[in-house]
Amino acid sequence: MKYVDEFRDPALAANLAANIRAAVRPDRHYAIMEFCGGHTHAICRYGLEDMLPDNVELVHGPGCPVCVLPAGRLDMAIDMAARYGVILCTYGDMMRVPGRDRRSLLKAKAAGADIRMVYGSLDALRIARQNPGRQVVFFAIGFETTTPTSAAAVKQAEAEGLENFTLFCNHVLTPSAISAILDQPEAGTGKVRVDAFIGPGHVSTIIGAEPYEYFARHYRKPIAVSGFEPLDILQSVLMLVRQLNEGRAEVENQFTRAVVPGGNQKAKALVEEVFELRPEFEWRGLGTIPQSALRLREPFARFDAERRFPVDYQPVADHKACSCGDILRGLKKPADCRIFGTACTPETPLGSCMVSPEGSCAAYYTYGRLRAPERQEA
Amino acid sequence: MCLALPARVVELRDGDNAVVEVGGVRKAVSLALVEGIVPGDFVIVHVGYALSRLDPEEAARTLAAFAELPEVERQALEATS
Ligand code: SF4
Repeated sequence: MKYVDEFRDPALAANLAANIRAAVRPDRHYAIMEFCGGHTHAICRYGLEDMLPDNVELVHGPGCPVCVLPAGRLDMAIDMAARYGVILCTYGDMMRVPGRDRRSLLKAKAAGADIRMVYGSLDALRIARQNPGRQVVFFAIGFETTTPTSAAAVKQAEAEGLENFTLFCNHVLTPSAISAILDQPEAGTGKVRVDAFIGPGHVSTIIGAEPYEYFARHYRKPIAVSGFEPLDILQSVLMLVRQLNEGRAEVENQFTRAVVPGGNQKAKALVEEVFELRPEFEWRGLGTIPQSALRLREPFARFDAERRFPVDYQPVADHKACSCGDILRGLKKPADCRIFGTACTPETPLGSCMVSPEGSCAAYYTYGRLRAPERQEA
Repeated sequence: MCLALPARVVELRDGDNAVVEVGGVRKAVSLALVEGIVPGDFVIVHVGYALSRLDPEEAARTLAAFAELPEVERQALEATS
């Protein structure tokens, strides 16, 4: 596949790894956080950590929409489906995420709720057209990559006069999460260390690289906006190692083939027209963050599932043994959780990080489990 | 759900619709979020929408940078030349 295969070439990967080895200083540690779960997945899938020198550490970040959605919001979706008899359309990844009392969309569906897995908002619109007598709620989650696709669907519903389509908006903002990581009390202590960021490339196709300038300038953290193939990630690591060596803190764009300065103006305008900031939003792991999520603007109120099908929001504590919160904040790695791969697996997840392929626990389980230290002798 | 893949645009349809090809499979996608796409362009597709056009010249530049020689070897080469 063009734009895929050539970015996975093993010989070039070895060359990049040699460049990284040549660049690192033996007397320092490099803690690089990949924000995005898509990067975490690729890092585990291609074993990229094994190609890096020991003093280059990849810290997995919170950029997995399924992982950061608090269980209370999932419960709201389940309640909407059960109480109002709507057709609830959801991304497949959400189906197994545990909510309050270990409820899930999958169990609610088995109990009779009309919950349908869709590939995206276009499918939800089609279901609304095909079922004019039913109410259809699209369970919208995701960062800036996905938000414009929800905005486009709302505009499409408006244009078609589809009065039975609503959106349950859970869209969140990347820069808010990076701030939360850098402002957490543990930041800068030995417990969590982030020297630089691999920036989410797909998010930047929409918002551009400029929103990260603040973190480079204010927090002195270098950022490389990166593509998702293994060579992209290795090159981003090299860029960041060089910046740290030279004492620079800049935003560099590794993903120039897809990210243009300023991002995607059309998509940004659409998001701006349809959505506004929520005063605050709770995130799993990161707590309540001001102005970190979006909701529908007043002119689109009739497409807002939260207004048409009111349900309460109740915060839900994570399972006692689950370390998802610490993993999302970069404090722990999946293998630090004592029920990783035993009581908690992708089939029987106890935390959200084990559900989505972009979740750190799921990525470790699928690709890296045998490298977990305690299992190496076996 | 965050999967986003490069796909080749094979056909433009009415409205903002298009047909793309990913790894031999044809799919309908929406072009509502992008502008000026023509058949033959590669776009990044995410949950049924094209998000951005892939720039072949920038891709070639990135690929060339991957082949940059490691510092030590470059110094060795420079020393011998
Ligand atoms: S292994 Fe399961 S329980 Fe442990 S942190 Fe990961 S998701 Fe939570």
